[in-house]
Amino acid sequence: MALLKAITANRLRDGEVVFLKAEGVWVERLDEAALFEDAAVADTALAAAKAQAERDQYGVDIYAFDLTLKDGRPDPVKARERIRALGPSVRTDLGKQAAA
Amino acid sequence: MPLIKDGCIVEDDWTHVPDGEAVPADRPAIISFERFQAERATFEGRNAALGVRVKSGTLAPAIAADLERFALIAIEFPKFRDGRGFSTARELRERYGYEGEIRAVGHFIPDQYQFAVRTGFTSAEAPANANPESWARALTEITVAFQPSLDDPQPLSLLRRRLGA
Amino acid sequence: MNHIAPGRNAGVYNYDEIDRRFVSERVEQFRAQVARRLSGELTEEEFKPLRLMNGLYLQLHAYMLRIAVPYGVLTSRQMRKLAEIGRKYDKGYGHFTTRQNLQFNWIKLEETPEILNELAEVDMHALQTSGNCVRNVTTDQFVGAAKDEVVDGRVYAEILRQWTTLHPEFTYLPRKFKIAIMGSEKDRAAIRIHDVGVFAKRNDKGEIGFAFYAGGGLGRSPFIGKLIREWVPEEDFVAYLEAILRVYNQYGRRDNIYKARIKILVHELGQEKFTAEVEEEFARLRGPKYRLAPEIVAEIRRRFGGPSFEDLPPVSAALEQAKAANEAFARWVAVNVTEHKAPGYAVATVSLKPAGGIPGDATSEQMELVAALADQYSFGEIRVSHAQNLVLAHVKQDDLFALWTALEGAGLGTANVGLIGDIIACPGLDYCALANARSIPLAQAISERFADPARQQLIGELGIKISGCINACGHHHVGAIGILGVDKKGVEFYQITIGGDPTLTTAIGDILGPAVTEHEAVDAIEAIVEVYLANRHDGESFLATLKRVGHGPFKERVYAAH
Ligand code: HEM
Ligand code: SF4
Repeated sequence: MALLKAITANRLRDGEVVFLKAEGVWVERLDEAALFEDAAVADTALAAAKAQAERDQYGVDIYAFDLTLKDGRPDPVKARERIRALGPSVRTDLGKQAAA
Repeated sequence: MPLIKDGCIVEDDWTHVPDGEAVPADRPAIISFERFQAERATFEGRNAALGVRVKSGTLAPAIAADLERFALIAIEFPKFRDGRGFSTARELRERYGYEGEIRAVGHFIPDQYQFAVRTGFTSAEAPANANPESWARALTEITVAFQPSLDDPQPLSLLRRRLGA
Repeated sequence: MNHIAPGRNAGVYNYDEIDRRFVSERVEQFRAQVARRLSGELTEEEFKPLRLMNGLYLQLHAYMLRIAVPYGVLTSRQMRKLAEIGRKYDKGYGHFTTRQNLQFNWIKLEETPEILNELAEVDMHALQTSGNCVRNVTTDQFVGAAKDEVVDGRVYAEILRQWTTLHPEFTYLPRKFKIAIMGSEKDRAAIRIHDVGVFAKRNDKGEIGFAFYAGGGLGRSPFIGKLIREWVPEEDFVAYLEAILRVYNQYGRRDNIYKARIKILVHELGQEKFTAEVEEEFARLRGPKYRLAPEIVAEIRRRFGGPSFEDLPPVSAALEQAKAANEAFARWVAVNVTEHKAPGYAVATVSLKPAGGIPGDATSEQMELVAALADQYSFGEIRVSHAQNLVLAHVKQDDLFALWTALEGAGLGTANVGLIGDIIACPGLDYCALANARSIPLAQAISERFADPARQQLIGELGIKISGCINACGHHHVGAIGILGVDKKGVEFYQITIGGDPTLTTAIGDILGPAVTEHEAVDAIEAIVEVYLANRHDGESFLATLKRVGHGPFKERVYAAH
């Protein structure tokens, strides 16, 4: 299965994990994130997102990560990104997974 | 580069002269310490004040022998996180009795300014877009200190005393 | 009811107006720094060290705030405030760390100045709990209570806390700097794995002085601290440390973050050269300016409200009766209770390691309960141990049964201190941005496997320590059994070491063999324990058995199935 990419950051003012939905638009849920099939497009979007987030003091630690689609929903490849998108695996009552 | 002294932006009489460029004979000039070492004879008998710029890795003992030649020592912060300059300034004052101007140059932020004053710096070069208010506040926002330092030569009588009291 | 001098708290350094003003000024300074960051005046690169020096990290899910518990001692009032902050600004729980601090995991940057302000109300802060400065000084969790104590380390830890606070010369060091101090014969503070370890002692005239170890540390390249001076007189305590820090600030490497700790400097210069540099600096600094006068020490000591103990018989009949009547209580006393220097008193450790629980986590309700029990039974004073447990240090033996009953009722009565279930674990990949693997689920699985308290007691003292990456926040290198999380192509694996020792006979554990999966790790631990039990002679410790029989039998058994 082909790898997709999504772009993520922590929101500066509260640290919340956010995902890029469209230029200048960030969302809190991975389900709503823009998914990039083309790595070059993702790179361009990442550079733009970094510049925008720095200019607007919006986000920090901005980077792209790999995922696949599982039952039509984005599924991060690495445990780290899965935990960021959901919340601690040892406290399923907390974080984004709790609100689901 | 706005120059900060005692928390205010002031006129700077000094010029930084990059290596390879002519050193003005009639005005205070700051040259690199490396250049001073290489061309020291040319500065014999100079009338205008001479200052040197030292890299963060050049520690006080390395420049100690020539201190009476310098009216100013500019200590470089390549990154503000590189705190060697604080030890250098302090040693220049406490160990070698240097009494000229010690200036912080390079990447240096207002949040370090009070530390600089307490370790013996007399001035700092701020970035071009500096917010004067942040520099002014930096000297007054904390009024308690826990160590003896350059601005207070008193022995450690109690661990804590008031800054400037 | 226990009593202490009016208006004072037992066991902690009591702040006065100047201390309070300082902490408030720091809060306002940070409030302004946050505003400058949010307005764009400060870049993230510039802001990061400033927030770190106020204990604020960015982790996986949010900011994490690490609150300082100086040398691990808290008042009940402070504990209640922590509980309140947990409820109001976090998600109702906190994590006690191996450096005797408390971390909250779900903090918002914009609320942090207000949190710091609330902490200041109870004389607390998050200063220097992170960043490349001298960190919160740690010590023995039984300080001031232990029967084997020679010097009360709190007084000197407090002197260090003050002396290092916003030190103008040493706030931008090459890397973080951790100091631990110990004043008993037994090392309960792991001083030789710290940048500087201080051993406080007395000479035959009864005068206080200090042995200094330098250059210890774990992480990517573990080193054991080396003895650089056998005796530093009390009055030179500050001057000597100032000398060490100056040498480190000037010569510590700044070109490579992995080589920036003092352990690398000591290693690269060699112990002799390093010591010579320090001695030379010390000879210059020694003098009136840095002299630690006895009056200062006396004044700081006076600020600690010492509990005044009642005259009690050394043996409590009530305690003996209760033990005879209740097996579970008797086990808890045998495992979690330590001798106190005052007759009739005891030191009780509250385990934060229930089987299947998250090591070191406590809910706001649990914090409040412990605070109430401290008021009732232990002069309103609580300690945090580096093993991530809490301690009520001055409990009357007569009260132990009532204390235990209350703890039991709240799930805090686990009898496993120092045993296999008392696992030290870092937050790992569930929270930490630097992690390679999760630590907590493995700790949970192991503690569940060994849940039977009788079996734990039979196995005896055995420390398991787990880190989620090579930074070694869980001290895995010095665990009798150490576990390190590694990432192999996106899958979590665990590398097991055996033979580590955190006490003065410090040893770094040896790698047993190839890394294993989480599931295999639990079986591997069980196999190691079985080999130990099968081979140990009467009363022999794990380390002694290991030394005698070597790694062979352990290795064979663990990897037998492969
Ligand atoms: C979750 C955020 C954390 C981060 C980002 C973090 C980061 C680090 C790093 C980078 C090091 C290695 C430093 C070096 O070797 O120079 C380290 C060491 C250490 N950390 Fe943490 N840590 C975290 C949490 C914790 C926690 C929760 C504890 C206590 C349970 C802890 C206790 C320690 C200790 C005791 C060391 C010392 C090892 C040594 O000195 O070599 N840390 N940490
Ligand atoms: S050991 Fe690694 S994973 Fe664990 S808390 Fe430290 S940095 Fe994070």
